Amino acid sequence: MEITGAEIVVRCLQAEGVECVFGYPGGAVLFIYDELFKQDKVRHVLVRHEQGAAHAADGYSRSSHRTGVCLVTSGPGVTNAVTGIATAYMDSIPMVVITGQVPTHAIGQDAFQEVDAVGITRPCVKHNFLVKDVRELARTIRKAFFLAASGRPGPVLVDIPKDVTTAKCAFEYPDAVPMRSYNPVTKGHPGQVKKAAQLVLEAERPMIYTGGGVVLANAAPALTRLVKLLGFPATSTLMGLGGFSGTDPQFLGMLGMHGTYEANMAMQHCDVLLAIGARFDDRVIGNPAHFGSVPRKIIHIDIDPSSISKRVKVDVPIVGNVADVLDELVRQIEPLAGRIDQKALNSWWAQIELWKARDCLRYDRASPIIKPQLVIEKLYEVTKGDAFVTSDVGQHQMWAAQFYKFDRPRRWINSGGLGTMGFGLPAAMGVQLANPGATVACVTGEASFMMCTQELSTCKQYRLPIKIVNLNNRYMGMVRQWQQFFHGNRYSESYMDALPDFVRLAEAYGHIGMRIEKPADVEPALREAFKRTDDLVLLDFLTDQTENVYPMVPGGKGMSEMILAEEL
Amino acid sequence: MRHIISILLENESGALSRVSGLFSARGYNIESLTVAPTEDASLSRMTIVTTGSDDVIEQITKQLNKLVDVVKVVDLSEAPHIERELMLIKVRATGKDREEMKRMADIFRGRIIDVTESSYTIELTGSGDKLDAFIEALDRAVILETVRTGASGIARGERVLRV
Repeated sequence: MEITGAEIVVRCLQAEGVECVFGYPGGAVLFIYDELFKQDKVRHVLVRHEQGAAHAADGYSRSSHRTGVCLVTSGPGVTNAVTGIATAYMDSIPMVVITGQVPTHAIGQDAFQEVDAVGITRPCVKHNFLVKDVRELARTIRKAFFLAASGRPGPVLVDIPKDVTTAKCAFEYPDAVPMRSYNPVTKGHPGQVKKAAQLVLEAERPMIYTGGGVVLANAAPALTRLVKLLGFPATSTLMGLGGFSGTDPQFLGMLGMHGTYEANMAMQHCDVLLAIGARFDDRVIGNPAHFGSVPRKIIHIDIDPSSISKRVKVDVPIVGNVADVLDELVRQIEPLAGRIDQKALNSWWAQIELWKARDCLRYDRASPIIKPQLVIEKLYEVTKGDAFVTSDVGQHQMWAAQFYKFDRPRRWINSGGLGTMGFGLPAAMGVQLANPGATVACVTGEASFMMCTQELSTCKQYRLPIKIVNLNNRYMGMVRQWQQFFHGNRYSESYMDALPDFVRLAEAYGHIGMRIEKPADVEPALREAFKRTDDLVLLDFLTDQTENVYPMVPGGKGMSEMILAEEL
Repeated sequence: MRHIISILLENESGALSRVSGLFSARGYNIESLTVAPTEDASLSRMTIVTTGSDDVIEQITKQLNKLVDVVKVVDLSEAPHIERELMLIKVRATGKDREEMKRMADIFRGRIIDVTESSYTIELTGSGDKLDAFIEALDRAVILETVRTGASGIARGERVLRV
């Protein structure tokens, strides 16, 4: 029996077990929406802006390890989604984006709502397709799901002209779609793993540095076994938080531009560095020449060969699935763990304790004005460390990363690579839909929040009881901080003069708003908000306008060249 | 350092733009790029001449391999190889120049493939250096037009690049 392309799209989504599609209808996708209407297996979540659809699908994926799906129309539908697609691409999030396109005969004619979707998104997708023949549709969608989730994951876009959605052919969903040009590795090279094991066992000042790859590969249990087996200090990038327990004594906190003093110092001064699913990016190691000026041996495990020796030369590269490689590493090290030089390790830990004693995250707890760090600490207490926390981008993001101790992976959802303001709220929608009944907090700032505020309406429609923690300092805080440090206190355009009343804004969308102005009210307000398990509550905390994120490695500096709070 | 990279890729629309887009997005140089389908019509063979440090070339090959449409990548410069480029050059051929142009074409083993009363079009094949040398050997004033294909390369001996 022949069915239409539109029905094929929906049947493919069903065959992939897709429960939830985030989207926004429009001319080019009308037939697909018509087919969605006729069935009830795939749920469609209507956002208020296509950027929100992409971020929601992204948040859905990050918090559930399933592939996020979004569906948008041609032209502006696609261009609005691009920010969300690029966000997912930079953080390697598996996502399938289905876009409508003008009919094949109109392509290239500057037709209404036409844009070269494949061309525009090419640099920010893992792969993309334009389907010109309905007989290729099912196979292409199967490929898209396979590509998105395998190897180093990423977003894949399928552009479908309107006439392809009305053309008919027989439907068959292929089980497998072998591609001669695409064969991601899984197992690491045994010889390299052995070399790595030996190097690890010989270390005197070892350090374990992990990233988002651990979370993506579901390798947290394997990582935990390895770190516990070795007794080494461990740190994590912004993207990797929760991959190893944030409350474990072996965890030194996040590293990088706003990492802890102890994590950055240990990174800089270690003699053997085990890098796992991390990519030595500029926000992590700062200046690569400064980082490379200290001799150390580096082992790097990553699924993507191009991440290895890109910014930093490594000694033992291991290409493979992080979980598989870690399992093998544990297997090889277990019988030899007695060879670890405990004396050297003890004195290394003693050094680390001295660094820790700097207490680099301390802040003025007696302040009469609400300190943003206090809000995050109380959020952690009130949610017992067990919430899904999304964030936007800026100071609030760094404080959330520093002060909320994530014990489990996929709990910390933020835009690390692209740094997309506006990510937090729509991502939280995806998280809540993937995890109904779970506690979801969106830590944001007033500037970021206003970039996707319209999604409050989506939250109302689907009754998503997200708790929005707005650290409102009336500034683009991170911009202001850089201007204070590096631009002579000239706060060029970083102050917002006409902010809305966020309480009434929340109320206008049918939600609950609360304004908190005194430190003593922080905890009671959070308790009250989180008690309302059926409601979205926007908590507007008026925080200290002058607070900065410390420590800070200024751009272009080395990891050990941190600005600490007391140095200003 | 100059490298000559050979790529087998799926002969699909957009594959070329994925490769050229990668080079521009990541700031790699392209000195020349040639591409055409192979004897297997589902595959295209591309030759890219680029320059960069060893680290950059390593990244280029890794990034190329990452493209889903790319089947195989080889840096031909790592081993003995042959490269050839084709140039068509239209020159003024009048008076005493006419005989001289014919002689020059012969010396460089070029072939005159089109003739008018006042011009020759010469076909010349060889390494890029040889084509450069031919241009250098001519008086600039007689050159009316040149078109070059960029280098195509293949490994010497038994080494082959195929699926």
